[in-house]
Amino acid sequence: MGALGFILNAEEGERGWRLAEYIKRGGYSALKKIVNEKIPADQIVGELKKSSLRGRGGAGFPTGLKWSFMPRQFPGAKYVVCNSDEGEPGTFKDRDILRWNPHMVIEGMIIAGYAMGCARGYNYIHGEIWEIYKRFEEALDEARAARLLGNNILGSDFSFELQAHHGYGAYICGEETALLESIEGKKGQPRFKPPFPASFGLYGKPTTINNTETFASVPYIINEGGDKFLELGKPNNGGTKLFSVSGHVNRPGNFEVPMGTPFKDLLAMAGGMRNGRKLKAVIPGGSSAPVLPADVIMECTLDYDSIAKAGSMLGSGAVIVMDETTCMVKALERLSYFYFEESCGQCTPCREGTGWLYRVVHRIEHGEGRPEDLDLLNSVTDNIMGRTICALGDAASMPVKSFIKHFGAEFEYHIQNRKCLVPEDVQRAGSGFFKAA
Amino acid sequence: MLEIEIDGKKTEVADGSTVMDAAHQLGIFVPHFCYHKKLSIAANCRMCLVQVEKAPKPLPACATPVTNGMKVFTHSEAAVKAQKGVMEFLLINHPLDCPICDQGGECQLQDLSVGYGQSASRYQEEKRVVVNKNLGPLISTDMTRCIHCTRCVRFTQEIAGWMELGQAFRGEHAEIMPFIEKTVDSELSGNVIDLCPVGALTSKPFRFAARTWELSRRKSVSPHDGLGANLIVQVKHDKVLRVLPLENEDVNECWLSDKDRFSYEALNSDERLTRPMLKQCGEWREVDWQTALEFIGTDLKRVVREHGAASVGALASPHATLEELYLLQKFVRSSGSENIDCRLRQTDFSLDGKKVVPWLGLPIAEIPALDRVLVVGSFLRKDHPLLAQRLRQAAKKATRVSLLHVADDDQLITLQGKSIVAPSALAAELAGIVKAVAEAKGAAVDAALAGVQPSAAAKAIAESLASGEKGAILLGNFAQQHAQAATLHALAQKLAELTGARFGYLGEAANSVGGYIAHAVPGAQGLNAARMLAEPRKAYFVLHAEPELDCANPQQALAALKGADLVVAMTPFKTRALDYAHVILPVAPFTETSGTFINTEGRVQSFNAVVKPLGETRPAWKVLRVLGNLLGLPGFEQDSAEAVRAEVLGGKPASVAERLNNQAVGIAINLESAAPALQRIADVPIHFADPLARRAPSLQQTRDAMPPAARMNAATLAKLGLAAGAQVKVSLGGTAILAVQLDDGVPDGCVRVAAGHELTAGLGPMHGEIQVEHA
Amino acid sequence: MLSQDALKQIDREIAKYPADQKQSAAMAALAIAQMEQGWLSTETIEAVAGYLGMAPVAVYEVASFYNMYDLAPVGKYKITVCTNLPCALSGGVHAADYLKQRLGIGFNETTADGRFTLKEGECMGACGDAPVMLVNNVRMCSFMQPEQIDRLLGECE
Ligand SMILES: Cc1cc2nc3c(=O)[nH]c(=O)nc-3n(C[C@H](O)[C@H](O)[C@H](O)COP(=O)(O)O)c2cc1C
Ligand code: SF4
Ligand code: FES
Repeated sequence: MGALGFILNAEEGERGWRLAEYIKRGGYSALKKIVNEKIPADQIVGELKKSSLRGRGGAGFPTGLKWSFMPRQFPGAKYVVCNSDEGEPGTFKDRDILRWNPHMVIEGMIIAGYAMGCARGYNYIHGEIWEIYKRFEEALDEARAARLLGNNILGSDFSFELQAHHGYGAYICGEETALLESIEGKKGQPRFKPPFPASFGLYGKPTTINNTETFASVPYIINEGGDKFLELGKPNNGGTKLFSVSGHVNRPGNFEVPMGTPFKDLLAMAGGMRNGRKLKAVIPGGSSAPVLPADVIMECTLDYDSIAKAGSMLGSGAVIVMDETTCMVKALERLSYFYFEESCGQCTPCREGTGWLYRVVHRIEHGEGRPEDLDLLNSVTDNIMGRTICALGDAASMPVKSFIKHFGAEFEYHIQNRKCLVPEDVQRAGSGFFKAA
Repeated sequence: MLEIEIDGKKTEVADGSTVMDAAHQLGIFVPHFCYHKKLSIAANCRMCLVQVEKAPKPLPACATPVTNGMKVFTHSEAAVKAQKGVMEFLLINHPLDCPICDQGGECQLQDLSVGYGQSASRYQEEKRVVVNKNLGPLISTDMTRCIHCTRCVRFTQEIAGWMELGQAFRGEHAEIMPFIEKTVDSELSGNVIDLCPVGALTSKPFRFAARTWELSRRKSVSPHDGLGANLIVQVKHDKVLRVLPLENEDVNECWLSDKDRFSYEALNSDERLTRPMLKQCGEWREVDWQTALEFIGTDLKRVVREHGAASVGALASPHATLEELYLLQKFVRSSGSENIDCRLRQTDFSLDGKKVVPWLGLPIAEIPALDRVLVVGSFLRKDHPLLAQRLRQAAKKATRVSLLHVADDDQLITLQGKSIVAPSALAAELAGIVKAVAEAKGAAVDAALAGVQPSAAAKAIAESLASGEKGAILLGNFAQQHAQAATLHALAQKLAELTGARFGYLGEAANSVGGYIAHAVPGAQGLNAARMLAEPRKAYFVLHAEPELDCANPQQALAALKGADLVVAMTPFKTRALDYAHVILPVAPFTETSGTFINTEGRVQSFNAVVKPLGETRPAWKVLRVLGNLLGLPGFEQDSAEAVRAEVLGGKPASVAERLNNQAVGIAINLESAAPALQRIADVPIHFADPLARRAPSLQQTRDAMPPAARMNAATLAKLGLAAGAQVKVSLGGTAILAVQLDDGVPDGCVRVAAGHELTAGLGPMHGEIQVEHA
Repeated sequence: MLSQDALKQIDREIAKYPADQKQSAAMAALAIAQMEQGWLSTETIEAVAGYLGMAPVAVYEVASFYNMYDLAPVGKYKITVCTNLPCALSGGVHAADYLKQRLGIGFNETTADGRFTLKEGECMGACGDAPVMLVNNVRMCSFMQPEQIDRLLGECE
C-alpha cells in the first residue's frame, strides 16, 4: 500500500470504505484541523502549491495554482466539481478510489470548498460504474449524518453541500466543460475556452474542476504538509500516484507508487509480462497518449517530465501494456474507432476527421490499405490537431501519429501484404481468453 | 478600449469584443459559418480560424476575445492552411451537387469552397446520408447537406424563444431535428432558412420555383403588422416568387415573421381578380374599367340624390397604403360625406376628437433600453411577432416585462409580472395597478378608482413598474378593440404619468398610424366604422377589407352591406363581396403599386411596385383618382403615387412625427362593466388577420392556422358539462358550430372564440355575453 | 406515464440542484424512467420534458447523446461488452464473440425470446478486470472468461 492509501485490498474488508473505518485510518483529521484551527484559505492553497500536486486527470496542471484562480471576492454561488468520469481507455483508478475510499474524495472536496469559498460541490461519476455511484451516495449520507457535510460543518460557520451526479455513457463528459454542460442537464458538448471555468463554470458561476485522485490527495497534504508530499515524489512531480496497469501483464490492477518510480518496477508489481512474452509497446498515460516502443519505455521513470521527454504523456497514469502478440494496426483501429464513436460532433475537424481516420485505419487493417494512406493519416491528423474546441481532437490524433511513427513498418507491411505482420493465431493466443476453453 | 492589428490594419475596439468584431470594424472578411451576429457564439464550424501572434495554434476569430496589442493574421499561410483544412472536412460529407441544390447560387459553403476548397477530394469513402425531416409546410429539408453549424438550433432557442430544433445523437451521427414527428411551429420559423448557410433548410413554398440568379430583387415593406418589416421581394417574369428580409436594425433587424415571408403566395392565388366585375340582374359579369366606373358614378349620384350624401360610407383596411386611404377619404369627403374609417375592429371611439394619433410612443429601436414594460391586452407573440422578439431579447437583459391580458398564451418571454383576467375585468385590473402605484407614490387618483382594490398580481406589477426608471406602458390590439378602450387608454396614460414611463400603442396593422395621417377617420360630423354598420348606409365603398371578417361585428357588417343599394368593393381578390357587392374592382396588392405605410413608431416607409399589376388590376389610388375625375370632383389630378404622398405629407415626412400623439385630456374613466356569466374572448389569429395571409396556402397549413375552436378552461368546461372535442353551438349576435378545446390559459367564465375566420364569421361582436350549448 | 414512485425519485434528484436549475435532473430522470419502463419511448421523453419544464427536443438531445439510454426496446437483459483496446488485449473482443455465439445474435440484436440484447460498449473504467461486461447498465461483471459468461447466462435464464 502506498503512502496515501487510496486503495485497500479486499482483505482489508468490504467495510473499509465506510465512514467509521475511514476515520479509524485517520480520515477527516485534515478537515477537522482546518475547521478547528480556522486555517486561512491562502494557507491551504499555499500548501498545495508547495506540494507540487499536479492534476491527476490527464493534463497535469498544478492544482494549487488552479485553486488560486478562483475569484475570492465573487458574490454569489461558486462550485467545486470532481471529475470521476474516468472514461479514458486504460484508466480505472478513480473507480477504485471511490470504491475503497469515497470519504477521502469527499474530504478533499470539502477542503476545496473551504479553500475556495464554495458552498456547493458535485461529483460527476462515470455512468457505467453504477454500483460505485450508489456507494458514493451512501457515503455522502454518512458524512451528512456526521455533520461533516451540510450546514455548519463540525459546528463551525462553514457550510458545504455535496451531491453526486451520474453520467450515462459519454467519454467526452470527462472533458471538464462537457462535464459542466452535462451537470446542467444538456448533452456533453465542450465549451470554447476562454472563458475558463474559474470565471464561467457551472451555471455560469466560478467553478473549479479536479480529478478524483487530485481531491483524494488533498487530505494527506493538509495533514502532513506540502513539503512531505513533494518529497514522496520528485521535484515538480510531487507525491505518489496511482497507475492503472492493463493489457498483457500477469496481474493487471492499480498501483500507488511514488512519482519517479522506474517503469520496470511498476511492470514487476503488475506481475511482469503475461506468460513471459516480450514487451512490444506501452501507452503510458491513457489511450490519448502517444505509444512508446518497449526500448523507450523501459528506460523511463513514471513522472510527467520523464515521460514527456520520451515523447509521450503521463496523462491519467493508465499504462496499457502490449506484448509481441499485438497487431499494432488492429490496436490503432480499435482506438480510432473509440474516438470516432465518442466525438461529440460539435466541431468540424473532430466530427469529420475522427471518422476519416478510423475509416482509413480500418481499411488498412482489412487489407485494403493504399500506399498513400500513411501520409494521408498524418495529414488528416495535422488538420485536426490544435483546431478543435476541446482536446479530443488531439487525443484522437496522437495515437495515430505515434503508432505510425514507431510502428510504420508494420503498417506498411499490412498495406503491401494485405494482412497482419503478427499471425492471427498468435494474436488470438495473446488475449488469454481461450486458455480455459 | 483595446488596440488590435489585423492584417496590418490597426483599430480600437471595446472591451469584450472578439477578433471577429474587430475584423468587421476593419471591413476584413473572415470566412465563417456558425457565427451569426444575433446568435450566441458556438465556435463549432472552425472556419474562422486565424493566426494570432504568439498563439501556438490557430484561434477561431468568432470566439477569441481581443487582448490589448493583439496581432492577427487572417490570410497568412498558417491561417489559410487551417481554413483550407476545415473546408476539406466540411466537404467530405457534403454532397457536391450544387447544380441541383436549391441553395445553389446563394450558398455560403459553395462561395467559400471556391476560395478554400481543393479541386479533388482525398476522401474516398462513402458520404454520410441523413434522412430528411418534415418540419411543416414552410421549411423544406435536405439534411444530408447540413454542416452542423447549429445556427437553426440556436435561433429557435434564443430568438424564437422555444427550442424546436436540436442536434440529436453525437459525433458523425449527429443530426439536426425537431422532436420526433414534430414540426417547427414558431411564427418566426422561416428565419432558419436564411440562417442556414447551406441548402439543408430551404423554403418549401419556393422549392425549385427558380434558380436564385434568375430572380430580381426589389425592396418593399411588409403590409401586415404594425412593425412594417423591410422586405426584399424576389421576382421572375412579373411574379413574386420569394420574400426575404431586408436588414434594418431599427425595424425588423435581420428577421421576418412567417407571415411577412410567406404571405406572398396569396399574390399568385387563383382567387385573384383580373377584371372589374359588375352585378347586373343578379348576375356577375366581367366588364371593362370604363363601364364599371361609369356605373359607380351614376349609381353614387343617384344614392346621394335620393338619400343624401351622409348615406355614403367608406370602410378601408388599415393594411391599405397611405395614398389609397388618403384618396378614398378625399373622394368620400368631396362627395359630401364624412363617413370614412379604417379602424374596423374598434368598438369604443370616445377618444375621437381628442387629437389622439395612437402610436408606439417611442422608437422601436429603443425597446431594449427600457427597464420596465407593461403590455396590456395583447396576444403579443402572434399579433406582433418581431416586437415580441425584441421584448424577449430585452427581457434576457435588464428589461422586466409584465403582461396584463385575457389569455395566458405562452409569450416565450420571461415575465416579471402577469395578470390574466376576464375581458370585463381588464379595466378594473389595470385600475388596480394604477392605484397601487399611486399609493406607493403618494399620488392622487381619479375618483372613479376609489373603490378599486388592487389584486396581488396587480400589486406585483405595480411594484415592478414603480421600481424602474425607463418604462413603457403599451396597449395591444385587444385593448384597442375593447369596449372600454378609452378607459384603458386613460388608465394607461395615468400609469405612465405616475411611473415616468412612455405610453403607447402596439399598432394593429401596417398602416394603423397611416390611417390617421391620411385622415381616413371620420370628422366630427361623420360616422365611425361601428356606427356606419350599426346604422346602415345606402352606399358603401370597401377598400381592401373583408368586412365579414375584418370588422368588430361581422354579422352586423354583412347585414348592413347586404341591405345597401350600392356596394363597391375594391380588392385584389374574389371575396365574399360576390354575395353583397354591386361592383368589384380589382385593385393592386402592395406589390403592384407604389405606396407608403407608416409603421407603429411613425416611420414613413414608401415602396414601389415590384411587379406589374395582374391582368387588368389597377392601383387603388389611380382608380380613386379616375373616379374623382369622373364625378367632376376637384383635387384629383395627381399623376403618381408620389404626388398623392406629397399631398398627404405636405412634402415632409417629418411632419408625421409632430402629429403622433397618445396624450388625451378629459377622458372619463368608467370602470363599470357588465360581467356576463359567460363572455367571449376574441383573438384574431395571426394568419387570419388580413386578406393576404388568409389566402397564402402554406401559412394556412401551419399550426397557427388551425380552425378556431371554443376554448375554455377545465372549470368552465365542467360548469357547462362539456368535454374537449365536443361540438357546440356558440351564440353571440349570431351562431357558429365549433369544437370544444381545453385551454387552461382562458380565465374562468370565458370562452375564447377567434375572429377573422370563416367558421366564426356568423357571430356578432368580438366581446360580450356568449352562449354555448351542445350542437 | 411515469409512476408516482418514479416521480418521487426524480424529485429527489431535482433537489440536488439549485432551485432554478431543474433541468440538471434530466439525465437522472431519464435513467429513472428507463429503469422503470425498460426503454425511452417518445412519450416517456415527452413526459420527462414536461415534468422538468424542458423543450422535448432538448431532452431528446440528451437521451440520444449518452450511450446508456435505449431509444428502442431491449431485451430483459442488456449485456454491454467492452471491446476497447485495454479490454481487447485481455479478451474483450473474444468474450463478445463467445457471447454472440452462445446467444446466436450480433451486436445491437435481441434474442428471439426477448431475453437478451447484446451491445458493444466503450471503456467502462474497469480495464484491469477485463473482460468486462455491464448488465442492464447497473451490474458490472469482471474477469469474464468463458465459464463466468456461462454462469452469468445461467443466472439470467
Ligand atoms: C476528451 C477528454 C477526456 C477527459 N477525460 C477525463 C476523465 O475521464 N477524468 C478526468 O479527471 N479528466 C479528464 N479530462 C481532463 C479534464 O478536462 C480536466 O483537465 C481534469 O478533470 C482536471 O482535473 P485535474 O486538474 O485534477 O487533473 C479529459 C479531457 C479531455 C479533453
Ligand atoms: S474536439 Fe470533438 S469532442 Fe471536442 S468539442 Fe470538438 S467535436 Fe466535440
Ligand atoms: S464562425 Fe467561428 S467557429 Fe464557426
